[in-house]
Amino acid sequence: MTTRTISVEINGRAYWGTVEPRLLLSDFIRHEAHLTGTNVGCEHGVCGACTVQLDGEPIRSCLMLAVQADGRSVRTVEGLAPADGDLHPLQQAFHEVHALQCGFCTPGFLMTIEAFLASAPADLDERAIREALAGNLCRCTGYQNIVEAVRLAAERMRA
Amino acid sequence: MKPPPFEYDDPATIDEALGLLAEHGDEAKVLAGGQSLVPLLNFRLARPERVVDVNRLDALSYIRADDGVVRIGALTRHAALERSSEVAARLPLLANAVAFVGHVQIRNRGTVGGSVAHADPAAELPVALAALEGRYHVRSQAGRRVIASDEMFVTHLTTSLEPDELLVEIEVPLPPPGTRAAFVEFARRHGDFALGGAAVVLTLDDAGTCTRARIALLAAAPTPLRAYGAETWLTGMRVDERAAVEAASRAVADVHPTGDIHGGTEYRRALVESLVRRALLQAAERR
Repeated sequence: MTTRTISVEINGRAYWGTVEPRLLLSDFIRHEAHLTGTNVGCEHGVCGACTVQLDGEPIRSCLMLAVQADGRSVRTVEGLAPADGDLHPLQQAFHEVHALQCGFCTPGFLMTIEAFLASAPADLDERAIREALAGNLCRCTGYQNIVEAVRLAAERMRA
Repeated sequence: MKPPPFEYDDPATIDEALGLLAEHGDEAKVLAGGQSLVPLLNFRLARPERVVDVNRLDALSYIRADDGVVRIGALTRHAALERSSEVAARLPLLANAVAFVGHVQIRNRGTVGGSVAHADPAAELPVALAALEGRYHVRSQAGRRVIASDEMFVTHLTTSLEPDELLVEIEVPLPPPGTRAAFVEFARRHGDFALGGAAVVLTLDDAGTCTRARIALLAAAPTPLRAYGAETWLTGMRVDERAAVEAASRAVADVHPTGDIHGGTEYRRALVESLVRRALLQAAERR
């Protein structure tokens, strides 16, 4: 069996692994790096639960091979909150306005929205928010409070 | 699920990639953005012996305006196409169409060449490229060739690329002055596979008469489909509501989309007809 030794930077730390080429990045993150904040839902690129940032851009980690992330920089939900234990403003907003119920989809939403807010225009309207969220499915909330949380976080992060 | 085992190569040069395809083409799949191939691997609907990953071929990622054409490297990500001011200014139809491709996470990885080579008849870019008469540059160890717009797609998920060939560039001729375009599609949710769609490129003279029309249909057939009959009929006409209705009706006259649980043949044909009409009127009203 062919394997490759790879090094992936996740949340600023290098993780090494000797892996089969078929190992998905999502499984490398969960089973090799033991960062289980990234959830795996559909595993075929539809639900968005496994969204992480690759070099700052949101991607589906179930649609990328771990070997393809060799030498690249990945950010997962564990990398959002600062080390002092406070929540990231986006997480805080999700908490305050009840933007999660079971929470399974939440890490994916957070990683999508964090990248979106970094380049979002000041006059963010609901349509733009909903379009930004379109690649992430939530089966609990009905999205209303997620949209609200994004608006709240955007407001605070601008201030 | 998880992909089945495969041998993996990630060549650093185009020549190396072509060598691998020459040796293993029949058993190999080219991996570009992975937004279609990896789901197929995860479902084990695809079981290639070997995966040739072209993501290190940075030389295939570019958007260049040349003499009367725009050249798009096959490895150009959808997101790069979406952000390109060159594309927005010169080929607004492509900018328009790419915004419908999946979601931001998909567009960050998915590539233009991958969309073409995957040949899904519900994919946006092949249909937009059909309306723009894009030409496909392919390479193999044996040499290069250019595949014409209407010779690329053979049927559902099948192109005329040979197993040892690699799609390297999409060349899009700039439409004549006075051209305007529109891309419309219908999906149940934004980012889902569309149930139907249409790309329209119209050239109008100063009096508003159509001097050139290109109409391509999405998800109406096993390949992107040019509506040649409707194009010919529309040429010489003023594109008003009545002409758009007639041209749309002609565009779907011989079309029999495959029905499935998301929509039957009749529904899909009626849908594509409406979308052609809408695209024609949208394009005609643009300046």
